[in-house]
Amino acid sequence: MTARRIIPCLDVKDGRVVKGVRFEGHVDMGDAAELAARYRDQGADELVFYDITASPEGRTLDYGWVRDIARLLDIPFCVAGGIRTVDQAAACLDNGADKVSINSPALERPELITEMAERLGSQCVVVGVDSRREDGDYVVHKYTGDPNARRLAGRRTMEWIVEAQERGAGEIVLNCIDQDGVRRGYDTAQLSDARSRLTIPLVASGGAGSPSHFLDVFDRANVSGALAASVFHSGQIALPDLKAYLAGAGVEVRT
Amino acid sequence: MTTAIVLLGAGNTASVQFALERLGANVRVTSDATQIAEAERLILPGVGAAGYAMSRMAELGLTDIIKGFPRPLLGLCLGQQLLFAESEENGGATMLGFIPGRVTRMPVRDDLPVPHMGWSKLHTLSDDPILEGVKAGDYAYFVHSYVCPDTPTTIACADYGASVPAMVRSGNRWGCQFHPERSAEAGARILKNFLELPA
Repeated sequence: MTARRIIPCLDVKDGRVVKGVRFEGHVDMGDAAELAARYRDQGADELVFYDITASPEGRTLDYGWVRDIARLLDIPFCVAGGIRTVDQAAACLDNGADKVSINSPALERPELITEMAERLGSQCVVVGVDSRREDGDYVVHKYTGDPNARRLAGRRTMEWIVEAQERGAGEIVLNCIDQDGVRRGYDTAQLSDARSRLTIPLVASGGAGSPSHFLDVFDRANVSGALAASVFHSGQIALPDLKAYLAGAGVEVRT
Repeated sequence: MTTAIVLLGAGNTASVQFALERLGANVRVTSDATQIAEAERLILPGVGAAGYAMSRMAELGLTDIIKGFPRPLLGLCLGQQLLFAESEENGGATMLGFIPGRVTRMPVRDDLPVPHMGWSKLHTLSDDPILEGVKAGDYAYFVHSYVCPDTPTTIACADYGASVPAMVRSGNRWGCQFHPERSAEAGARILKNFLELPA
């Protein structure tokens, strides 16, 4: 068995963690490596760093901050945002990241998943999917980081995640965007549906607002991990309290 | 005296290097035959697939040096699997053969995603110097789709559907199926113990 993973997600801009609506009105929260160490000390099982600098501008990533984090952390971490080539993904690993998450670039060129899996191994290839319920089906959106660019990707969520798995993804992060930032709980129905179609690990994203939401998503959707951002950054949920609550409810967590 | 991390190709050697440096080790990431032969201790990290790793080792002229390395050697993740005789990965691969047996693909079950990815508890720990200070119930971070056979060399187990050999030892060679460099305190303890093994 594995303990259910609790995964804080941090937005990084030029090596600094920022808070706020993505791409506008950023508030500087501090050095990425320092905040990473704080979450590690509080018991985070894994961290995701979403680079918001590179993606909208098509810029090459600066990997210096990845290296700084890797020097410090003794838990796994994933880098997301702006990675569109195998070389960029390899550079993230070379600088100490454990996993690389790709989203819109995989939709534009699904072969990228296969290429990364063949060269770097499936275990480090995470495919992020932004999904929303529309007309009774779940459909994929892309460029969700930028409100002006967001649009339908022309794919059904359940078909896309299975294709991503077949192409060599080692894990799926399913971000249910109806729930994103709303804090009414994870979309357990959609996640449960996704879980039943996959053989690789599934991580829930979008909607966490209270400890009971984490319990619900583990109990009802059987996901391997749950990702959240604002509830942790705001201090609304402290990781040790969350883990104590989950352990008390019979969920295996790493303490 | 240095600890050499054997560089076989693209992959995550940086995190292993950083973890050893946090412990104060003098570390060199290298594919140079002389540096590897002369290192005080060797780390064989997991890179890619078994067949790929073995053919890279041969291309670099390292196979015999690694097979004959007389001081402490630690294989991590795929590196543990390479200690065994063969693997069914890549349609069948012949490996270093320190330990008899065949590495096999984890069966897919509805209730158990593959890869085995995440934190699992260690249990059934042997009395081995590399496990000094590590307790049953300590968590370690695993990522693997292939699993080593259970043999008398198993010195620590984890459970994932079935019992998984989490650590093995054969003479001066040790293996970790999990990633000690990403396994918080328990992982750091194991790496520290490795660095303190008599060379």
